[in-house]
Amino acid sequence: MAAAPALETSVAPPQPPASPAAVCRERRAARRRRAVREHLTAYGFLCAAVVVFALFSWWPIIRNVLLSFQNVNFATANTWAGTANFAKLFRDPLLVTAWRNTALFTAYALVLGFLVPFLTAVLLNEFRHARAYFRVLVYLPVMLPPVVVALMWKWFYDPGPGLLNEVLRTLHLPTSGWLDSSSTSLVSLVIVSTWANMGTATLIYLAALQTIPGELYEAAELDGANLWQRLRHVTIPQTRFVLLVLLLLQIVATMQVFTEPYVMTGGGPDDSTVTVMFLVYRYAFVYNDFGTASALSLLLLVVLAAFSALYLRATRGAKED
Amino acid sequence: MAASTRTLVRPGVLRTRKGKLVYWTALAVAVALFAVAFLVPLYWAATGAMKSSAELARNPPTYVPEHWHPENYAHAWREMDLTRYFLNTVLLAGGAWLIQLAVQVPAAYALSKLRPRFGNIVLGLMLVTLMMPATALLVPAYLTVVDVPLVNRNLINSPSAVWLPAAANAFNIYLLKNFFDRVPDELLDAARIDGAGPIGTMWRIVLPLSRPILAVVSILSVVAAWKDFLWPLLVLPDPARQPLSVFLQRVSQDTPLNSLVAGLVMASLPLIALFLVFQRQIIAGLGAGGLKG
Repeated sequence: MAAAPALETSVAPPQPPASPAAVCRERRAARRRRAVREHLTAYGFLCAAVVVFALFSWWPIIRNVLLSFQNVNFATANTWAGTANFAKLFRDPLLVTAWRNTALFTAYALVLGFLVPFLTAVLLNEFRHARAYFRVLVYLPVMLPPVVVALMWKWFYDPGPGLLNEVLRTLHLPTSGWLDSSSTSLVSLVIVSTWANMGTATLIYLAALQTIPGELYEAAELDGANLWQRLRHVTIPQTRFVLLVLLLLQIVATMQVFTEPYVMTGGGPDDSTVTVMFLVYRYAFVYNDFGTASALSLLLLVVLAAFSALYLRATRGAKED
Repeated sequence: MAASTRTLVRPGVLRTRKGKLVYWTALAVAVALFAVAFLVPLYWAATGAMKSSAELARNPPTYVPEHWHPENYAHAWREMDLTRYFLNTVLLAGGAWLIQLAVQVPAAYALSKLRPRFGNIVLGLMLVTLMMPATALLVPAYLTVVDVPLVNRNLINSPSAVWLPAAANAFNIYLLKNFFDRVPDELLDAARIDGAGPIGTMWRIVLPLSRPILAVVSILSVVAAWKDFLWPLLVLPDPARQPLSVFLQRVSQDTPLNSLVAGLVMASLPLIALFLVFQRQIIAGLGAGGLKG
């Protein structure tokens, strides 16, 4: 690592004439002192950040692994449990349910939360009017606290006087039980989460679309490409990188879903919305079994880390392009 | 307004009669769809709060309140003691904001300009945490707050249980460092020759130039703190200290619906106002996410 820059440009203070060797020695010592001082200053600037990262980020990452193999006991010291936590976890029939629900939630969220923002962005990019209107509206829900969104939608989903069934009745469409039915509850949560979060992805896609050089479309047109072919062979390849990155980020984000099921359904009906994080919460803060909760977190972390590694490879690959 | 950049649709098509018709129809449909998707829910909540309990329970619901009760908002505020929970939220978000700037700005400055030995390793270790979703580390983070290592303090029910973990935000440090990297070193050298120390240089040269990124980081941290739910739910079990999100969820079962909805609307207003004022910075913050590689 390079030493602090521009040491050489600093001006030495005026000195009485001395022997050249002494001057040289003196200067070197001063430079060394200054280098040490600058390093110490830099560490001083960094130390607060290092302390909070160590306490609330790095240590918890390590500790999560340790806790998975421990019995956590607040009164006495923790004891080693071997793989008992995992054994207990795998005996829990809810484990499979939670992973299936999380995978389904992620899959539905990809279909809705990935396609809808991209198609919206492609459409919005064609409009020459009302641009601010679209941007502000699509991003507005992102600013709402998730609890507010969840409680609001719980009311909209009310099968009786709720907004959604009323709209469906007005349009002469069949109504739905939404959160009250185990076949629609998970999809209902995905709709809420897409509504609340699609603004971010839409605006990022929109920014990416605006960087596509117009000549590419013109060239494609000269080759006789129609609208659909231009979308397939120009728009999508040109935004490939952003699409991939957001896809991976979205997988990582949706696999951690917690607030919506916690606030809107409490995991029900019939455990149809119990997600992995919901189960972690239940083990730790309802059953007070922090060891098993950590073991489950560790499983989730490993899966998420795999997607994160893909994300890293994708971003690094793009930088080398 | 009319940007001349070429997009998917051929500009020539838009000048034909049929093209214009399709364009304006599509625009009108999109404007209407956006209104239904994003404005109607907000309208429904804002007006629902002004209906009487009897009217709210009616099936089918009324689109416009038959009897307007704007006083429901004031009533809900008093009944739920929202002053307390707003102040709690402001305390948590404001403290998180200040401590994030105090921790992250010097750290990013050191990593960008002072470049100490092992600085890159520290930066790398910070960036690795971006790959470790905070939610999944809930249990060990909670146990850390219950008994902070080395100092053996229990931070449960203290606002610092929210503030300190918020400061460990690698994304903000990354944003700040990226911005500081673009401040030319010559400016800093000039300040140094004029006798300014590292703190003076940061304070008087770099920070004034960095107002845009400081705005982005400030907004990100305030919004994140205001929206947070799960963490304050865990570390602030004392009902008197909880922020709005935790409070509203806790009382949602046994509060009359119109009061609850009024509370939801009022809890969102500060963020909506913030968004309308700082739209540009917020949308710039999205782009700053380094998605362009």
